Amino acid sequence: MTLETKDASTGSATQHPGSLSSSKGRLSALDLLEAEAIHIIREVVAEFERPVLLFSGGKDSVVVLHLATKAFAPGRVPFPVLHVDTGHNFPEVIAFRDETVARLGIRLEVASVQSYIDDGRLAERPDGTRNPLQTQPLLDAIAAGKHDAVFGGARRDEDKARAKERIISLRDEFGQWDPRNQRPELWSLYNGRHLPGQHVRAFPISNWTELDVWRYIEREGIALPALYYAHERDVFRRDGMWWAIGEFSQPRTGEETERRVVRYRTVGDMSCTGAVESDAADTASVVAEVGRSTLTERGATRADDRISEAAMEDRKKDGYF
Amino acid sequence: MSIDADVSGPVVERAKRDETSTTGEADTTLFRFATAGSVDDGKSTLVGRLLHDAKAILADQLEQVASTSRQRGFAHGEFDFALLTDGLRAEREQGITIDVAYRYFATDRRSFILADCPGHVQYTRNMVTGSATADAVIVLVDARKGIVEQTRRHLAVVSLLRVAHVIIAVNKIDLTGFDENVYVAIELEAARVAEQLGLQGIHVLPVSALEGDNIVDRSARTPWYSGPTLIELLEELPRQDEADAAASALRLPVQLVLRPQGGLSPEILDAEQYRDYRGFAGRIASGVVQVGDRVDVFPGGLETTVTGIHVAGQPADAATAPQSVTLTLADEIDAARGALIAAAGTAPAGRREAVVELFQLDARAVVPGTKVLVKHGTATVQALVAEVLSRRDLETLAHEEASSLAANEIGRVRLRFAADLPIEPYARDRSGGSLLLIHPADGATLAAATVIDQP
Repeated sequence: MTLETKDASTGSATQHPGSLSSSKGRLSALDLLEAEAIHIIREVVAEFERPVLLFSGGKDSVVVLHLATKAFAPGRVPFPVLHVDTGHNFPEVIAFRDETVARLGIRLEVASVQSYIDDGRLAERPDGTRNPLQTQPLLDAIAAGKHDAVFGGARRDEDKARAKERIISLRDEFGQWDPRNQRPELWSLYNGRHLPGQHVRAFPISNWTELDVWRYIEREGIALPALYYAHERDVFRRDGMWWAIGEFSQPRTGEETERRVVRYRTVGDMSCTGAVESDAADTASVVAEVGRSTLTERGATRADDRISEAAMEDRKKDGYF
Repeated sequence: MSIDADVSGPVVERAKRDETSTTGEADTTLFRFATAGSVDDGKSTLVGRLLHDAKAILADQLEQVASTSRQRGFAHGEFDFALLTDGLRAEREQGITIDVAYRYFATDRRSFILADCPGHVQYTRNMVTGSATADAVIVLVDARKGIVEQTRRHLAVVSLLRVAHVIIAVNKIDLTGFDENVYVAIELEAARVAEQLGLQGIHVLPVSALEGDNIVDRSARTPWYSGPTLIELLEELPRQDEADAAASALRLPVQLVLRPQGGLSPEILDAEQYRDYRGFAGRIASGVVQVGDRVDVFPGGLETTVTGIHVAGQPADAATAPQSVTLTLADEIDAARGALIAAAGTAPAGRREAVVELFQLDARAVVPGTKVLVKHGTATVQALVAEVLSRRDLETLAHEEASSLAANEIGRVRLRFAADLPIEPYARDRSGGSLLLIHPADGATLAAATVIDQP
C-alpha cells in the first residue's frame, strides 16, 4: 500500500519548465557513474599532494585514466601512473602501457617484482604466481614516491571483501587495511585526512560493475590491449581455465596444447590469469557476452582468488590493491 | 533459509540483465537504496532473494556459498545467504555483519546500488552511512512481531536524514498464513509511527523474502494486496535528485580551478585558445546551468556570466545536477576550492554559526568546547562545538536534556565556524545542509550533521 502517492508512484521525472531533465531526458546510469568518478578524482587531486594511479594496462585502470583525462581537460592528467610489474607480462599489454603514457604525456613509474626476487628481498612462491608478491614493491614505491593518495580501478562488485571497501580508504604506516575500523562515508563528503606515513587508496569506479565498464568502453571508444578481444592463441587447459603458452606458463605432463579462439576478461600476472573461450571480437560483442555470463570475472579467470574464501581480504589487509 | 537455485519463474525473465541491446545504457538509470532491519527479520534472505531473482548471483558465487553452507550443516540445496553479504572473515566466523556492504544488480529498467546495513552492531552509524546517499530505504518488519523498538529507531534515523522513500516490507507473511488482518494492523501502526516521526513517502507491502511473494512477482496468496511488488516500487520511485534537484536553484561547489597553461593535454591541437583558460571544476549539487546564465560566486558575492560549460570534458550548452562540469566565467573572479557558484540572486549568506542535528559516529563523545574540523561541500574549516542543546529519544524523536552526545546518539548541537560557510537548511538543500565533523589530530570522522531550519 502507498500512503503518500502524490509524486512517488508515477515513475516519471518531475517536470519543470526549462529544466534539462525534461528537455533532454534523464541522465543514464553511465552518465551518473561517470559524474561520480570524475568528482572523486578531482577531490583527491584537490586535497592530496602527490597522488598516483595504479596502472596495469588492464581495462579498469584504463577506464580510470580515461576519466582522469576528462576530469582535467583541457589540461593534462596531473599525476603519474605506477605499474607494479610482476615480470610475468603479456608483451602486448606492456606495449599498450607505453603507448598510452606517451600519448597522454604523463610519467610512468615502475615497481619491479623481478628485481626484488633477483636481490633476494622476495622469494618465488611454489605455485609460481606472483600476484601476492606485488604488495611489497607497491608499498615501497608508494613510500619512495611520497604518494599520499593512490588511485586504483578496484570495483566493489569484484569480490565480497571489496564490497566493504570505502571510496577513500585509509592505509596505516604499514600499508595495511583495517576493514573493521573504516571511516563511515556519507553523502559526497570524503574524508581523506591522514597522518604522516599513512596514505589513502581512492577507488573512483567503486560503484561500477563489469558490464558498466564495458558499456562505457563501448560508448567512449576507449582503446584496450588487443587480448581483451577474441583472438587465436596456443593454450592448454588447467583448473577449468585456458592458459596461454608463454615464457611463464608451460603445460605439464598430460596437459595438451591446443589452438583456440579466446579472450581475456581480466589482465594480470600471466602466471595466474586465464583466458575464456570467446568469439567476441569487438566491444559490442563483449558487452553482449558479459551480459550473458554466468561466472564472475575473477571466478572465471583468476587462480589466486580461488585459493580460499578470504584470499582477497587477506591480500588487501597486507596492503594489496 | 533455502532458495532453490534453479527456480526461474517468468518474473526472472523480466528481471534479468539486459541482454538484447548492445549498449542498453541509454534506457537504464541508477537507483540507490539501503536495507535495514533488526536481527532475524530476514534481511539477508531478502537481499539474497533480490540478487538471486535479478540473476546477480553468478554460478561461481553460488557454488562458493553452497559449499560453505554444506560445511556449516545446511541441508543439500539450502543456502546461508548471509554468506553472500558478509564479506569479511570475522563476519562469517561470528555470523554477524559488521559493516555496510554494497551490492549491484540490474533489471531492464534500472541499475541498483544496494547498501546493506547491519541492524544490531552500531546500528546508527551503519544506518546513517547507508541511508545518507540512498534514494529509498527498505525497513524490514517481521509480520509475527510487528513494529518493534528497533524498527522505530531505524525509521527515526531515516526521517532525520529525509530519505525520499521509505519502504516498510512486512516480511514472513507466509508464517502468519497470509492473514490480511495481521498485515492491516501493522500497516496502520506504520502509518501512525510515520506521522509521529514526520516521515513522508511511506510505502508498506506484505512480502515473503524466503518464498518470493511480492518481491518480483505479484503473489496469488495475498489477493487482498493490490499494490506494487518490491521490484516494481524500486523500478518506479523517482530518484532523490530527480525529486529535488530540478526544482532548486544552481549550486556548484568549486572543487578546483583548472589553469592548464603549460600543462595542456597533448591531445589538444589548438593550444592558443586555452592560453588564458580558467575553468571552475565541480559537481553540480542542485539545479541546472546554461551558457549565458547569470551567477553569483560565494564568497564575495560577485555576479558574473557563464561563458562556457564542459560536461565530463566535452563542450555543452547546458548541464544539470549531478553532472561533473567545468565552467568558464566572463569576469576574472578570485575563487578557489571551497567557493560556491550559485544562480544569480540565490547565493546563501555566509554563516559563522549553525544549529545542527548531529549523528555521533565516533566512540569519543561530543561535549561543549570540542574542537573539530568541519567539512562542508568542498570547504574544510575549523569549528567548535559551542553548545549541546538536546538528545533525541530514538523511538519518539522527542528532545531530552543533554550535555554530551555519545556514540550512536543523535541530538542538537550549536556549532561555531572559524570562517563563513554558505550553509543552507538540509531540508531545502541536501548538499548545502550536510556536514562532517573530523577529529583535528587523528583525522577520524567523528560525526555527521544536518543543518536545521529554525534553531
